[in-house]
Amino acid sequence: MSKWTIELDRGTCIGTGMCTATAPDHFRLEGGTSTPVNETVDEDEAVVDAAESCPMEAILVRSADGTVLAPQV
Amino acid sequence: MEPRSYPFPEPDDLVVNETYLELQRDEPVARVRLPYGREAWLATRYADAKIVLADPRFSRAPVMDAGYDPPRTMPEVPRISTILSMDPPEHTRLRRILAKAFTARRTEQLRERAQQIVDDLLDEVQAQGPPADLVDALAMPVAITLISEMLGVPALDRAKFREWSDAAVAITAFTVPEIEAAAASLRAYIRDLVEEKRENPADDMLTVLVHAHDNEDRLTEEELVSFGVTLLIAGHETTGSEISNFVYQLLTHPDRLAELHADPSLVPAAVEELLRVTKLSGSPGFPRIATADVELSGVTIRAGEAVFVDGLVVNRDPAVFANPHELDFHRAHNPHFAFGHGVHHCIGAPLARMELQVSISTLLRRFPGLELSGEVVFKKGRLVRGPERLPVRW
Repeated sequence: MSKWTIELDRGTCIGTGMCTATAPDHFRLEGGTSTPVNETVDEDEAVVDAAESCPMEAILVRSADGTVLAPQV
Repeated sequence: MEPRSYPFPEPDDLVVNETYLELQRDEPVARVRLPYGREAWLATRYADAKIVLADPRFSRAPVMDAGYDPPRTMPEVPRISTILSMDPPEHTRLRRILAKAFTARRTEQLRERAQQIVDDLLDEVQAQGPPADLVDALAMPVAITLISEMLGVPALDRAKFREWSDAAVAITAFTVPEIEAAAASLRAYIRDLVEEKRENPADDMLTVLVHAHDNEDRLTEEELVSFGVTLLIAGHETTGSEISNFVYQLLTHPDRLAELHADPSLVPAAVEELLRVTKLSGSPGFPRIATADVELSGVTIRAGEAVFVDGLVVNRDPAVFANPHELDFHRAHNPHFAFGHGVHHCIGAPLARMELQVSISTLLRRFPGLELSGEVVFKKGRLVRGPERLPVRW
């Protein structure tokens, strides 16, 4: 199984908690903004859903070769 | 101390009731009593609102519990669950189904269509000549057409649901039986439409929901119907009212209007600022219930107690917004809660922003001499506030 990376733009994040609700294993709220539990994760559709659900589009998920998986263009 | 009677009287204009501002300064977590149900708290500061809306120790689900007696404005306790009365993971299960349909990128793809709708409506306004009522001629049709096309509601049916929706979002503007009958009609209508999508799947959100139910078992039939009704109402009453509200705000703030004429690139920032200051909600909002003891501004909220947040007074918290009552299109940072906050943050926020930007910028470009041509009376007793009519000339 290949690895994905999670990038979170702290400047854009407003801490709605949408990602922590969508993918509780992968995100946690710290000091009013979200942070990925691990920046490199095993493939998990929940991470893509979290990026798609973020109202601020503050989350970027990339595949091992750097392709952006979410949010979709 | 004796709890205050809540909600506070609705102002005639889009201003915020002074009591909110006094409480924010002197009693940021205040005891309130609604017409029905148990007593509650009202939180008016930004930092507290953030906790109430986003901290998982606050829950929406208890309002659906049989014995709870939620604080409310109407005698009946609503017993039909919607996405707004759910917590994660149930809430997330529903929201994920449509999250992809509402991303900023997907919404951008609809900008061209929105522009065409606005252009067609304004062609008609121009052809008819002044005066015009922008509520009926622009604001409501823009919002209704877009959400209907996204959901897959046929054009011919739109007049029908417009009437039901107006009553379904009432608090005191209609009688309780009228409100219930309108809500039932809307559910029956969406139920029929769902059957129709089953027979004839299309490239629309109702079909996505039907597929998620029939093929993936991701939601129940009742949840499907509720979701459809919620999207239809929330997708047009709010944005339709805000288009009118924003035009009214600009026509009554000539300096800001002149600023937009001079520099139309300010429109997106103007939309954010108008979202921040405009009192859209006409209801006390949706209370959050503490699931554990939580401290807010030195007040302990006990587990089981309900807290209301008013987004618009929160948006005027001087701790976050300098000169909070000023309409300022140059704020570097504008983290307003006009779309709510937390997991219930409006799923249609990017769509609403786009519709507002297209409507305002096109209207100003095509009607540079626009002005009010009569008295503007605001609707009352409904979940969302907006003018009955917006008479203009040019």
